[in-house]
Formats: sequence, C-alpha cells, structure tokens
Amino acid sequence: MIEFLKHPWPWYIAGPLIGLTVPVLLIFGNKSFGISSSLRHICASCLPSDIPFFKYDWKKEMWNLFFVFGIFIGGAIAANFLANPAMIEVNLKLTAELERYGITDYKNLIPEDIMNWKSLLTLKGFIIIAVGGFLVGFGARYAGGCTSGHAIMGLSSLQWPSLIATIFFMTGGFIMVNFILPLILSLKI
Amino acid sequence: MQKNKNINRDFHFCSLGNTGLKYSDCHHKLHHNIKYIFLGIFFGILLVKAEVTSWFRIQEMFRLQSFHMYGIIGSAMLLGMTSVWLIKKFNLKSINGDKIALNPKKFNRGQIYGGLLFGFGWAMTGACPGPLFAQIGTGETVISITLLSALCGTWVYGLFRDKLPH
Repeated sequence: MIEFLKHPWPWYIAGPLIGLTVPVLLIFGNKSFGISSSLRHICASCLPSDIPFFKYDWKKEMWNLFFVFGIFIGGAIAANFLANPAMIEVNLKLTAELERYGITDYKNLIPEDIMNWKSLLTLKGFIIIAVGGFLVGFGARYAGGCTSGHAIMGLSSLQWPSLIATIFFMTGGFIMVNFILPLILSLKI
Repeated sequence: MQKNKNINRDFHFCSLGNTGLKYSDCHHKLHHNIKYIFLGIFFGILLVKAEVTSWFRIQEMFRLQSFHMYGIIGSAMLLGMTSVWLIKKFNLKSINGDKIALNPKKFNRGQIYGGLLFGFGWAMTGACPGPLFAQIGTGETVISITLLSALCGTWVYGLFRDKLPH
C-alpha cells in the first residue's frame, strides 16, 4: 500500500479527489472552497492597519487558516513518508529547453538550480521567487480568488465570473511561460 | 461621498458573514476547526503526490507538453460540478442542518486584470496559494519568501483597492 502511495498519483485519481474537496467542505462545514482568502486573513490578523479591506472579523474565517496549516503538514508528511524515490518525469522537450537555462536538477518540487536562498540575491532569483510571489498574492485578491476559489469552486457552482477569471489565469500563464519567462531565465545576474 | 464608497467593499469576499447563523457564535472554538486541519493534511498530501505543486508540471502545462494538469483540473471541476448539482437538486443540508450557502460571485474587471497578473505569478513561481504552503512543508524553505511576497501582494492590493479599476 505504502509502496503504491509513493508513486506519483495519476490525474484520474488525484483530480476527482481534489474535486471531492468541494462537496466535503460544503457538507461538513458549509464552507466554500478557496485558499487565497487565507492570505487576506493573515494580513487582517497580523498586520493591524487602517485599511478597510482588512477590517473584518477574521476570526470567523479561522477554518481557512486551519486548512492551510493542514496543507503545510500534509506537504511535510508527503515529503518525509511518501516521497517518490525516482525523479519527476517530464516531457523531454521541456528538459531540453530548461537545460539551456542551467536547470538540470529534477529532484525537488522546485528547480533548486535557480530557486534557492543564494539565488534570491540575484536579479533572476529575486524576480522568480519574490516578484512572482507578489503577483500571486496581488493577482489572486484582485481577481477575487485563485485556482481553488475560481477554477474549482467557482466553476463547480457554474459562476461565469469564475470562468472569466480562469480564462485569464491561463492566458497570463501562457504569456509568461512562452514570452516573458525565457527572458527572465536568460538573465545572467 | 465617503459613506457611499464604503458600501459593498467586500464584494470579492463571498464567505464573510455567510457562514450560517446557527453556528456563527462558535467559529472561534478549536474543536469546530480541528476537522479542517485533517482535511488540509489530506489535501496537502494530495497536492504533492499529484505533482500539482511541481514547478516543472506547471511549465509543462503552459507549454501544452503534458495532459496531466489539464486532466487534474478538468476532472476536479467535473466532480465538483456534479456534486454541487446534486446538492442543489436534492436540496442537501450541511451536517449542522443549515442550508448550504453558495455565494454568487459578481463580475468585475478585477477578474481580468487580476487574473492575468495571477497567471503571471503562477507561471513564474510554479505555485498558486495552496501549493505554496505544501512546498514549504516539503522543506523548500526559500518558498517562505514567496509566501511572504504573496502576503505583501495581498496587503498592497488592500491598500490600493479603491484606486484600481474594477
């Protein structure tokens, strides 16, 4: 069983299980699935300020913080007890392309060749790690949700604004990966 | 004028104040929230084992080099849609006996501009908010900087919200 769990889980098992989160949260807690809201609650709880956007009773939304704390623990369990001993298998076209940018380490979830504490001090690393993170937080709140809130929960309940958000998530990703990221990855500093 | 501006500030944030009256006074209590930790643990393991948290899988997805991520998002949506349809059709209640609240989202231009910016960030970092927490859990400590930056982005959005086109 454990051996089986250690292999990467195929999409047709993982996808439905992720989808199952929607009814489980609705039925067991009457909660709408959404993860990026947790970032807002952390801002509201840890950074007291006069910003109206962060003045609300975040304690009522505590469940969301418990949920993301669980995700953190889940990541630790997966890495320590269920780790796949083999490296991730990706499309050979991708490995060929990434090799040009000096990315050859496929052992981890992130390319440690370019994403590590040392590279954070380079322009390339800073853009990918910090600017990228900023865009994730800013964009998710501006769009009113992230992949979980819009693409999974929003589309599940047939909300057309979520369809628009999802289309633009994907459009943004396509533009970044195919046109902008190659320039960032080519940076030598 | 100022008063008018304050109305509807929370149109993005659907679950606020909509969590069912019956239990609204015990949301702070630990035992009501503990189940979400377990659910989160399961979800975190799922994200890592399905490789949704892998920067490389996200690169493949946006280069159309693999079906994996599309299969995951597509089947998750399908299962979500079917279950929400069933919940509506049979008018299912939550285990507390409350009517299940589905919060309608309103369209505004933020979904376009914010969506694009989020897509940029997702493609750069290879992570959306859920995977950020999972990646840190797997021991990628540098991602805590990505998470801090995402918090910073959320805060800056809150600061400039009134000046941004919606």
